[in-house]
Amino acid sequence: MLEIGLTHYLLLGAALFAIGLFGAIGKKHVISILLSIELMLNAVNINLLAFSKFLPLSNGAGEIFSIFVIVIAAAEVAIGLAIAIALYRSKGSLDLDKFNLLRW
Amino acid sequence: MMQSIVFFLLAALTLGGALAVINLKNIVHSVLCLIVTFLGVAGIFLTLRADFLAAVQVLVYAGAVSILVIFALLLVNQGDGKMAETNPYSRFGYLGVAAAMLFFGFLSFSLIKTTWQTTGIAAAATSVGEIGVRLLSQYVIAFELAAVLLLVAMVAAIIIGREVKDHA
Repeated sequence: MLEIGLTHYLLLGAALFAIGLFGAIGKKHVISILLSIELMLNAVNINLLAFSKFLPLSNGAGEIFSIFVIVIAAAEVAIGLAIAIALYRSKGSLDLDKFNLLRW
Repeated sequence: MMQSIVFFLLAALTLGGALAVINLKNIVHSVLCLIVTFLGVAGIFLTLRADFLAAVQVLVYAGAVSILVIFALLLVNQGDGKMAETNPYSRFGYLGVAAAMLFFGFLSFSLIKTTWQTTGIAAAATSVGEIGVRLLSQYVIAFELAAVLLLVAMVAAIIIGREVKDHA
């Protein structure tokens, strides 16, 4: 049985990030895109913690950075959902194809 | 042996949940699968000996964020009460698949080609006390900035989300 090393964790993070990227580009619903961004932030956290564990001299900095990523993600989702609710109130829909005010 | 079985089980749980988030038609089901993904990521954190981060992941993501998302969803999606087709692909769906595949191919190629100078021995687990001491000594400016950011985000969320008064 093979040993689980740094590359396995990084590949898992890359796969999770790619799935999140697919969702962020390919979905229509505003909240669905927020969910995809959450997936990508989680992938980043996996990478940070894997580096923190496997690389020398990191001295545990990865865990600190992950905490800050989680803080930013919490702020982002709170603002994002508030914007989604405000959008729904003014437009009556959360379909991104209908938000083309800036298109000429 | 045991370690790799646990890793692959958790990775399958995480990636399967993430794919379900993208592919399910009902957006409430998507959020429920997102909770599964978050729990899988928490398990991955445990295999990386980051106990505190795993606990924070469960509390903040699987607990708070997903419940907040479900609240917001049920506030905006009443309409006719039909949730079956609430999570469609946009017309960029195929572009998204292509971009994600290309990105993952490029990343995995370069990851496998790179040889990392790893320690060989796994680093010792960082204790909560150690994280706390570092947050308040070496990273104290970032810590305070994060606190201010959370306050600003809270105020902004309340102001953006509240009912708009008619000024006319």
